[in-house]
Amino acid sequence: MDNSRKSSQKATLKKVLAYISHYKIYILLSLITAAITVASSLYVPILTGNAIDYIIAPGNVNYSAIAAIIIKASVVMAVTAVSQWIMNTCNNKITFHVVRDIRDEAFKKIEILPLKYIDAHSYGDIVSRVIADTDQFADGLLMGFTQLFTGVLTIFGTIGFMLSINAGITAIVVVITPLSLFVASFIAKHTFSMFKLQSETRGEQTALIDEMIGNQKVVQAFGYQDDALARFDVINDKLQNYSLRAIFYSSLTNPATRFVNSLVYAGVGIFGAFFAINNLLTVGQLSCFLSYANQYTKPFNEISGVITEIQNAIACAARIFELIEEEPQVPDRKDAVTLTDVKGNVSLENVSFSYVPDRPLIENFNLNVKPGQRVAIVGPTGCGKTTLINLLMRFYDTDSGTIAIDGTPVMEMTRTSLRQSYGMVLQDTWLKTGTIRDNITMGKPDATEEEIVEAAKASHAHSFIKRLPNGYDTWITEDGGNLSQGQKQLLCITRVMLCLPPMLILDEATSSIDTRTELKIQNAFAVMMKGRTSFIVAHRLSTIREADIILVMRDGHIIEQGNHEELLAKNGFYANLYNSQFVQVK
Amino acid sequence: MKKLLIFLKDYKKECVCAPLFKMLEALFELFVPLVMAAIIDTGIANADKPYIIKMCLVLILLAVVGLISSVTAQFFAAKAATGFSTKLRHALFKHIQSLSFSEIDQIGTSTLITRITSDINQAQSGVNMVLRLFLRSPFIVFGAMIMAFTIDAKAAMIFVFTIPALSIVVFGIMRITMPLYKKVQGLLDNVLGITRENLTGARVIRAFNKEADEQKHFEETNEQLTVMQKFVGKISALTNPVTYVIINAATLLLLWTGAVRVDTGVITQGEVVALVNYMSQILIELIKLANLIITITKALASANRIAGVFEIQSSQHVENASDSSNDASDVSANDIIVEFDHVNLAYSGAGAEALSDISFKVQRGQTIGIIGGTGSGKSSVVNMIPRFYDATCGQVLVDGRDVKTYEFDELRDKIGIVLQKSILFKGTIRDNLLWGKKDATEEEMTEALRISQALEFVEKKEEGLDYMVEQGGKNLSGGQKQRLTIARALIKKPEILILDDSASALDFATDAALRLAISRMPDSPTVFIVSQRATSIMQADKIIVLDDGCIAGIGTHDELLESCHVYQEIYYSQYPKEVAL
Repeated sequence: MDNSRKSSQKATLKKVLAYISHYKIYILLSLITAAITVASSLYVPILTGNAIDYIIAPGNVNYSAIAAIIIKASVVMAVTAVSQWIMNTCNNKITFHVVRDIRDEAFKKIEILPLKYIDAHSYGDIVSRVIADTDQFADGLLMGFTQLFTGVLTIFGTIGFMLSINAGITAIVVVITPLSLFVASFIAKHTFSMFKLQSETRGEQTALIDEMIGNQKVVQAFGYQDDALARFDVINDKLQNYSLRAIFYSSLTNPATRFVNSLVYAGVGIFGAFFAINNLLTVGQLSCFLSYANQYTKPFNEISGVITEIQNAIACAARIFELIEEEPQVPDRKDAVTLTDVKGNVSLENVSFSYVPDRPLIENFNLNVKPGQRVAIVGPTGCGKTTLINLLMRFYDTDSGTIAIDGTPVMEMTRTSLRQSYGMVLQDTWLKTGTIRDNITMGKPDATEEEIVEAAKASHAHSFIKRLPNGYDTWITEDGGNLSQGQKQLLCITRVMLCLPPMLILDEATSSIDTRTELKIQNAFAVMMKGRTSFIVAHRLSTIREADIILVMRDGHIIEQGNHEELLAKNGFYANLYNSQFVQVK
Repeated sequence: MKKLLIFLKDYKKECVCAPLFKMLEALFELFVPLVMAAIIDTGIANADKPYIIKMCLVLILLAVVGLISSVTAQFFAAKAATGFSTKLRHALFKHIQSLSFSEIDQIGTSTLITRITSDINQAQSGVNMVLRLFLRSPFIVFGAMIMAFTIDAKAAMIFVFTIPALSIVVFGIMRITMPLYKKVQGLLDNVLGITRENLTGARVIRAFNKEADEQKHFEETNEQLTVMQKFVGKISALTNPVTYVIINAATLLLLWTGAVRVDTGVITQGEVVALVNYMSQILIELIKLANLIITITKALASANRIAGVFEIQSSQHVENASDSSNDASDVSANDIIVEFDHVNLAYSGAGAEALSDISFKVQRGQTIGIIGGTGSGKSSVVNMIPRFYDATCGQVLVDGRDVKTYEFDELRDKIGIVLQKSILFKGTIRDNLLWGKKDATEEEMTEALRISQALEFVEKKEEGLDYMVEQGGKNLSGGQKQRLTIARALIKKPEILILDDSASALDFATDAALRLAISRMPDSPTVFIVSQRATSIMQADKIIVLDDGCIAGIGTHDELLESCHVYQEIYYSQYPKEVAL
């Protein structure tokens, strides 16, 4: 248990180092300046000690020697200051760049994760990994850099300087200090698991916050605030408990090592004084040793402080890497073809698919759609109509069987070209933060103003856009918050209108648009659909009746297939559905 | 920041004890150089070994007492800091929940989420650090100066000039970096926003093959953040070298002055060592302080951002019910359950009014259809009944009382609303239904599911009511979600049921069955149906036709078909064939 944790920590550290290694030059510069800083700052106490030895008693003060030392010390000091600043700047640069790289990497992963992963994980948790964990990691890394380097160097530098003055006292210092490291590592070990618990509980809390604050309107409509708060408090109290322990344990390191430090100081005092009595050490050298004793153990304090910080950082890094290392979607084949000049023949052969392995959904499904045909998918609510879209767009891959476009299996073409061939309007309207224009031109970034306006007119969005404060340049906030559902839908339609791909997928596209507008859109759609293979999750009778192929779905299965007349003649589920269309409340 | 301090109220003892014990620790540290001076001047000068041993035992004693004080202090500081953040998170969560829809629309959720998570974490570290070091450090700094005065006033004057110089540097850098850290947080918000957006919009982004663009966009924003961080880092990085230079210059000056004072016989050699020691204690303390200032600056910036949320107050208040209470008495007589009296509504930040001069009355038990074009204000009308938004002028009355005079719970208890966007929460179907009524029985749930046409698919799930719904209902289809949200509202047995276009993902048959079931409910509620489909509202007792925020007509289907132009247009657009016949 302990070992596996340690090895996973080590593995994480290795990955972090891989990121850091991109900045070799800065690391080198940082190391060099750290060495200069440490060496010159260690030299100052020696100079001070020397000066003190020139100040013995009244009438016994060597002014000219002191003046020479002061000038020398000033130069050393200046060198220290400059190199320290360069070192800090380098460390900042390394840290922030590494964090940037990791965030970029994490985001890149989000873009290629299978939708299965995104559908199954809470957004809050993923976001917390990319933002909060990375931030914590940055803090730990920065502290690690600024203090670990100099700390280690100071320790060795001090030993060297001390040896040059007096080996005996050096031995005393060196013998007592490892105690400090022992104490620190003991504490760190116990702290790590608490930090991990803290980090996990934070993730849990973020997920709840994301859900409750994100859906505040429903929470308020149901007066659920108190319950939400109660649930929040349960996690909050748990978090308090873990945080208290994590913080307290980790904060023990400092006093504990400082205590060892004081022991070293007392040790140097007693032996130094004895040596001085026997004339083996001057008072100036003793003063120099005392200040070394301080400086020497200080890095131990810091290093142990840094160790807990770094452990916390590693716990966070582990969570980020978990995301970064998540299995991406199957990449396009090397020899994947780019679909061009799509005619719109879509064929599904023996397609089987299920979200959960032991619960088959679509089994041995066959369908052949000729170019320009219109496919209406109908069925009672929740029968799994969106599953088909997931497969057509390759959001999910089939378990077996082939979907082919113009005879080329979708697995053998690039996702980009496949998706480019479809224009999709989903039931769930999603808009990105940006201007209206940005949103419309998603599928065609180089569209001219005329094209944009034309598309907007075709989808009847132009008139409402024109009325917005800044027209097409109006900024839409998060998820289109300031637009009505219908307006959002119109924009989603405009988005497709503009690029007009050879095939269309319309998922209950017009559900939130009033019938007047819808009629106009239907007309526009009719134009749009002409000559284009279209899949429509349909609710409207007219759409269904005019479709070339009607797929009747129920419980995820496709149970009937054919055109309106054929299906009516069959007198099966579809006929039933059709006849119940005009059930009226009596 | 000041406003947040009240969350430390319950930790007064800890807040006093932590710095107190820290100061105790510091005090013992301050004696160390004096003891050492005594060792040099008395012990070494007189070659008095027992004296040296005695003094070193004093040093160890000081260290032990220091350790105990310090551990005690750390505990109190950790307790106060975590207690503070826990209380603060609780209060902030509660506060956010109290905000009305208009405020939430304005602020945006992702900002709120960062503030309640990472900002509070920063504030927590800040409190912890302040308790531990912000008092200790000045105490050591000034303590060292006072100790220096006990040795030699003239040499101590160097301390008097050094300390202000250091403070100017330290606080000056803090002042400069503070607003910059705020900017860093803002940029972090942007990075967060993009990340969130790419999760919620994964399908659309992929459908339009925008992965590469989004990545570029993210990288640009991320780069902006990095550049800003580096810039702030560069300035903060100045603190250490500059303070180092000042302290060491002071030490050198101290040596020179010390030399002169020893030469004239005012102080001893050991005392010069003690003075130098005090100066280096200040240096060590300042290095710590400088590192901490980064933490504290960040914490303050975060604290301000948190306080910013607290400053946003809900624009809605419960008004005194006195003047309308007499109306309540005669309500049951005419039995008007909902009344709009010349209501206007303008959303904050929007130029034009969303609704103007809306007036109508609804009798208990009636079914009201609301129909109209996109953006005509249908949702706005129904959103005003549970007081999600307040009328800019005019009155909305429920049971004869202005909605503003109701306690929110009292008002919303009467109303079951199903919003356009169907939102479910992580948990079982049962958990979700219990939102509507905490103590609902199995029968009540089954009944609600039956009416909402959801029973069939719920029963088909192996786990039935215990089927786990993922966050946002991601494992259910749109239609299933809608029906569950309807069931959730029905289970309340509300007096007023509002269906805000909430059957849009249902097919006609299910929609019809749903309406039929609702109309047959035992104490049939007053129902508002907002819809795009004429079929959904045709049978209503009263249909309100909206056009561009105004009422274009009110009446039954037949009346409107005869007299209301807008309604005719809507109706015939849906039933062209019938017209042709």
